[in-house]
Amino acid sequence: MGPLIVYEYISANTNLLMAFIIGIGFGFVLERSGFSSSRKLAGMFYGYDTTVLKVFFTAAIVAMLGLLFFSLFGWIDLSLIYINPTFLWSAIVGGAIMGVGFILGGFCPGTAFCAVSIGKLDALVFIGGLILGVVIFTEGFPLWEELFYAENMGTPTINELLGMSRGTFGLILILAALAMFFIGEWAERKFPREEY
Amino acid sequence: MNEDRSKKYMNPYLGGVLLGLVLLTAFYFSGRGLGASGAVKSAVVASVETISPSHVETTDFYKNYKESHAGGPLKDWLVWEMLGVLVGGFISGAFAGRLNFKVEHSPKVTSKIRLLFAAIGGIFFGFGSQLGRGCTSGSALSGMAVLSLGGFITMAFIFGTAFALAYFARKLWI
Repeated sequence: MGPLIVYEYISANTNLLMAFIIGIGFGFVLERSGFSSSRKLAGMFYGYDTTVLKVFFTAAIVAMLGLLFFSLFGWIDLSLIYINPTFLWSAIVGGAIMGVGFILGGFCPGTAFCAVSIGKLDALVFIGGLILGVVIFTEGFPLWEELFYAENMGTPTINELLGMSRGTFGLILILAALAMFFIGEWAERKFPREEY
Repeated sequence: MNEDRSKKYMNPYLGGVLLGLVLLTAFYFSGRGLGASGAVKSAVVASVETISPSHVETTDFYKNYKESHAGGPLKDWLVWEMLGVLVGGFISGAFAGRLNFKVEHSPKVTSKIRLLFAAIGGIFFGFGSQLGRGCTSGSALSGMAVLSLGGFITMAFIFGTAFALAYFARKLWI
């Protein structure tokens, strides 16, 4: 029964080793999918390359369905899986600030590390910016502490909020993703770019 | 996109399935999702402590962080995961012949402009990821997989804001 670390099938050090191995898989798949290129990532926002949309939503759906099946098979206890807490205002404002960073910088933190691993210097500078941004946050913490903790909603899941089962919401998410993939494929034909 | 280049990148749907399986592996073994910005934070706190231990002792934020993250960055799951990302990215780049030092930018801007905006973007993303309790990987992707409300909100605002501002930033990319 998983998660293996929680049931102590693996030690804390093995868990760190797993983190390293999982990271290798993460970095490999990101690079192989083209996430080491800022212009490919930014293509999402101009329609010429919607790889981000396709990879991101496919991954979320596969992991969500995987968790659902593992739970039905009795392989994993979903109540022991970490669920990101929801603090409404910081999620909104933090998300919006990250959006500004994404369109100006062309990376997110994970893709920047992936890109720097193959020698992208713009990613290296982006990581320098990341460090500075984190330092600004930690050093100035009292200034945004109130916003950071405002509207604590606990750890709600979106299906609970909508009064649906996991499976029903999952189906809706899959249909929504298929619709977006369709739009993405259309956009790539409509706004093609030869070389970037 | 020419033939040669499209061969070297994986089909995005296949890439998504594999990324989803990596994420599922993380949930199964470690009970948690993927992340990235948390590793930067861990390294930042450790660096601040090395530079000025007294500052860490007298600042609530660092004291609280250290209490909840005993053992420092070498015991931090995300730090090991991100070290793995560097290795995995390098291996993929080596196979595809993409290893070279390069500043990637639109022909409409110079390398200098690109690097300036990369730095500014990084600062915004670094700050926002701390306020939003995680970045695209930790909050949006992993959060969506566990159907966390916060994950969906953060995802919508990251992509929504980027779309809304895309017009003004177009020279950087197209």
